[in-house]
Amino acid sequence: MAEQKTYEQKPRAVRPMRGRGMPVPKGAIKKGTFTRLLKLLFKHYKWQVLLVIASIMICSVSGLVSSVFLQTIIDDVIPSGIAYGFAYIEKKLVGMIIGMLSIYLLIVLATFMQNRLMAIITQGMLYHLRTEMFAKMQSLPIKYFDTHAHGEIMSGYTNDTDATRQFIGHSLPSFISSILTLVTSIAMMLWYSVWLTLVITVCTLFMTFVVKKIGGNSAKYMVAQQTSLAQEEGFVEEMIKGQKVVKVFTYEERAKEHFDRYNDKLFHDSEKAHVFGNILGPILSNIGNFTYVLLTIVGGLWVMFGWSNVGLQSIVSGVGVMGVGVVVAFLSMSRNFTQVVNQMSQQVSMVAMGLAGASRVFTLMDEQPEQDEGYVKLVNAKRGENGELMETQERTGLWAWKHYHKADGTTTYVELKGDIMMEGVDFGYVPEKQVLSEVSLYAKPGQKIAFVGATGAGKTTITNLINRFYDISRGKIRYDGINVSKICKDDLRRSLGVVLQDVNLFTGTVMDNIRYGRLDATDEECIEAAKLANAHDFIRRLPHGYETVLTNNGASLSQGQRQLLSIARAAVADPPVMILDEATSSIDTRTEALVQDGMDKLMKGRTVFVIAHRLSTVMNSNAIMVLDHGRIIERGTHAQLIEQKGMYYQLYTGAFELE
Amino acid sequence: MNGTVKTLLKSVRQYKKPSLITPIFMVIEAFCECLIPFFMAQMINQAALSAPNAMEHILTYGGILIALACVSLTSGALAGKFAATASCGFASNLRHDLFYRVQKFSFANVDKFSSNSLVTRLTTDVTNVQQAYQMCLRIVVRVPLQFIFAVIMSFVINPSLAWIFLAIVPVLGAVIFSIVRYVMPFFRRIFKKYDALNNSVQENVGGIRVVKSFVREEYEKEKFDKAASEVRNDFTKAEKIVGLNAPIMTLFINFASVLISYLGVKQIIGGAGVDFTATELSALITYGIQVLSCLMMFSMVFVMLTMSVESARRITEVLNEEEDIKGVENGVQEVASGAIRFENVSFKYAKEATVYALSDINLDIRSGETVGVLGGTGSSKTTLIQLIPRLYDATEGNVLVGGVNVKDYDLKALRKDVSVVLQKNVLFSGTIKENLRWGNENATDEELIEACKQAQADEFIRSFPEGYDTYIEQGGTNVSGGQKQRLCIARALLRKPKVLILDDSTSAVDTKTDALIRHAFKKAIPDTTKIIIAQRISSVEHADKILVLDGGKIIAQGTHEELLKSSDVYREIYQEQTKIKSQGGER
Repeated sequence: MAEQKTYEQKPRAVRPMRGRGMPVPKGAIKKGTFTRLLKLLFKHYKWQVLLVIASIMICSVSGLVSSVFLQTIIDDVIPSGIAYGFAYIEKKLVGMIIGMLSIYLLIVLATFMQNRLMAIITQGMLYHLRTEMFAKMQSLPIKYFDTHAHGEIMSGYTNDTDATRQFIGHSLPSFISSILTLVTSIAMMLWYSVWLTLVITVCTLFMTFVVKKIGGNSAKYMVAQQTSLAQEEGFVEEMIKGQKVVKVFTYEERAKEHFDRYNDKLFHDSEKAHVFGNILGPILSNIGNFTYVLLTIVGGLWVMFGWSNVGLQSIVSGVGVMGVGVVVAFLSMSRNFTQVVNQMSQQVSMVAMGLAGASRVFTLMDEQPEQDEGYVKLVNAKRGENGELMETQERTGLWAWKHYHKADGTTTYVELKGDIMMEGVDFGYVPEKQVLSEVSLYAKPGQKIAFVGATGAGKTTITNLINRFYDISRGKIRYDGINVSKICKDDLRRSLGVVLQDVNLFTGTVMDNIRYGRLDATDEECIEAAKLANAHDFIRRLPHGYETVLTNNGASLSQGQRQLLSIARAAVADPPVMILDEATSSIDTRTEALVQDGMDKLMKGRTVFVIAHRLSTVMNSNAIMVLDHGRIIERGTHAQLIEQKGMYYQLYTGAFELE
Repeated sequence: MNGTVKTLLKSVRQYKKPSLITPIFMVIEAFCECLIPFFMAQMINQAALSAPNAMEHILTYGGILIALACVSLTSGALAGKFAATASCGFASNLRHDLFYRVQKFSFANVDKFSSNSLVTRLTTDVTNVQQAYQMCLRIVVRVPLQFIFAVIMSFVINPSLAWIFLAIVPVLGAVIFSIVRYVMPFFRRIFKKYDALNNSVQENVGGIRVVKSFVREEYEKEKFDKAASEVRNDFTKAEKIVGLNAPIMTLFINFASVLISYLGVKQIIGGAGVDFTATELSALITYGIQVLSCLMMFSMVFVMLTMSVESARRITEVLNEEEDIKGVENGVQEVASGAIRFENVSFKYAKEATVYALSDINLDIRSGETVGVLGGTGSSKTTLIQLIPRLYDATEGNVLVGGVNVKDYDLKALRKDVSVVLQKNVLFSGTIKENLRWGNENATDEELIEACKQAQADEFIRSFPEGYDTYIEQGGTNVSGGQKQRLCIARALLRKPKVLILDDSTSAVDTKTDALIRHAFKKAIPDTTKIIIAQRISSVEHADKILVLDGGKIIAQGTHEELLKSSDVYREIYQEQTKIKSQGGER
């Protein structure tokens, strides 16, 4: 009869550890992230991005042109003005001033447009990333949530999107403008002198070396900082969520000790990251200064000795001597150039962080969604004249499975009754560890089926298979005679009401929380459900009754009250099949009896699965299945099982024998 | 606002020195940065003159420039280093202070802040303040200095034209001010909306089974979409307003330089290029651009600071939160016995609440007694027992443990001897051993095993491949409900308390195991006062005393037999539960 306990198979303790062995560790950048981000940008904001690039170009070109204007005024207009009088150049001057004014106006308009567009693009991209990520998350199987730390999923919406925002909003435009300036500066420099450009190239190489050393370190420690930050965040989150337990065990001092360790590590990494980041700027800009001096000296020598100059300008004009004017013009270009190089290097660590963030966002987006190959749909039905089922649009309270048969192209309707059958089902959360073996059971409409057994015997697992949170590895589950794998998951779940032991309430009013069960339920229907679940009395006594706002998972309610609410939520959904998984464990037995009464009325003629430790919860079931290590070892009514004096008898009456 | 900054600055402590040194080096760097372009211009001038000794001048000025650049490099790098140390240190201290403060919080304080928001304050908000602090150290000193220098230089060059720069400063100041003023409420709102957004993700992830079983994915998406668009809309608006800053600044400054160019040219030609030269004009315009960039920088800093004000406020809110339960100094260090007394105790959770959660509780429990507590859902059973280890303070009346008012104990001593297994219990990530040692960090392996045997946990722990070294995931998600409860009981037993309180701690444990646990208690810890909240009468029926609670009052107390006679409520519960028992059991 009762199989010998082996205590070898423990279902959940061997499941993969959460949050460990993540595919993408903090800081790593997946290949192709950058192009993917760009593609997304273009997908959503094609013309805006083009306009931004255009305005960046306008700004840098106009900047150049305006300095040319200024230069002309100084080099050309003033000397001739001094020579021939103000009247001589007035017209030219006014013309140039107007030219400059219009260019400046253009810059102002371009900046205005760019800033507005960037606000739209950046925030819009964040919105798209977030909503896409969230939508994707909704489609992921339960397994994903089992194997990923919640804090880590959260950080995708906060830290990672924020890093991406920095990248799109700041680094990217600054890079585009830098590259533009860089290209024009190089062109201009080559225009003036190839030799001097060579000098500056050597200096730039040196700068690149410095950036590699210091900037590389900065990026490295930035990433390390993000990791320590995440670790500290994880610790803080766990401790603060368990703060009450910390208090009870006066664990404060040791929590502080642990915290200090995380905090010191974070300080160490972030200090390093910031030191390297901070010193890069002054070092590079002063290398720029050295370069300037070097160029002046080299240029001066060139002028002094009258060496020949090679530059695009000299090729065009044929003048091969380096004049003072060339050196001066080159120098102002070189200042521009080194400043841009400096600007770009400052962005290195930001870019690294931004891409790492985006990369993690994309990782979530690339997760395999829950597969649904089901095609049988749940539809509202009514009876035709001959009693046959017909599909209808209105809610009739009668439901049918719409089953399309591919073989002969016909559609049949099967009434939804809640007839569940499992045949030889095997299952394991991980392939190498079987949790359920050879489970066979049936539940007829109107029956109440209970699962009992020691903790960890696989009771919850069975219910998880009925609503297909997980897929079985062998055997069949039939619902009203249809293989559940043929039923659309959404429709399947809609037909099943589930109340879990761990209650999750959402921020919102009590009414909102009950209505979660059926979104189109009226207030009256919600109150009716609350009465049925015996929640009405305590809700009425809340400060604002049904309009009381619950936050923090209903922290202001007692455990039992939260369970009552969750039962009301399932009751308003009014499903043909109900699964109650330790749904009343924190409710006192008298209230429970009342709740049960209500539920029995509601579920009359329908199927109910109950998991409970409490005898009172399960004893009036039509059939009780006793599970042990993933196998059904006894089945029968309460009376039958007591008579058998097996495992059930031991579990529920052993206590009395003992004393 | 003022108070906020004061509170925050208290956390600078050992980083005062780098905090003060940074601006000093920053000033030196800024000074060099002002001088370098000046000497560069001089050097170019010399080169441009192409006098015979031009090279000499170039080398002289080049030497000066290199020296300046070296000073600038050194001071800039040092300023950067000290700024990093100061700001990271400050942030580290802030996190430290926040965490330590939270450790002082009582249950009531914890209830006030949601745990999510506490985590955000300790992480994101601190990072914001850290950035603002570093910016203050590095930029706030430097920018005004550069600004002043640029203005002075322009006056030195040409006072009659430099006025134009100075004249637009108040105009631009007004622009910055109104932008900040206008944008501030947006940022304040955004913070709240951000919280809402994060909250909706958190609830969704936590309740994913509920979401999926009610097929509410679409509904959740809509909800999230709404929260995300609200953040987007407000943020876009705010950024658009902030984005006005740059074009307005450019507009004013560029027009000023055009004006100066025009008037300057006029002056140069008027003075035949003697009083005021073309080179000076271009220098004047360069300084004008510096004025512009200073103002731009300043407005950006201002906006960034504005954004961190809200974070600063949220941090100080935690730092300034008074813990409402403080241990007395030199409190009683030893709990004499497990005797408990409630004298006319009433309690409500919030001062402004009108309804008392507990009223007129009088109770006497002798040391070593086993007391059962029964009562309907929401009858304040949990509230009652939380007053014993002083997790909350009684609003009226006194609670005495071992003959001493709980308020007179050293908190740690009291809680060491009064151990509670909470209804909403938590295991932490770490091995089973580590979790158990929360009860007593010095417990030997034998003691651990002994406690687990009493809590009926030893058997299932041994069945795990890694036994006592099995890793428990955060929140204990990889053990079942009943296993979790037994581990929590073992953890509490390891404290060897004088009073042990079980708040519905065996609800997920089967009757047989429940009985075994009680049996073990009787044998192993006879002198410990045991208070057991339960739903099953079988769990409390053999207690020395049973309390029946209803609506925050003790409506009956006595032994099982006494209550059967005296209390209708108790009898009803009993009959209901035994009816079940006898139905099957007596055949």
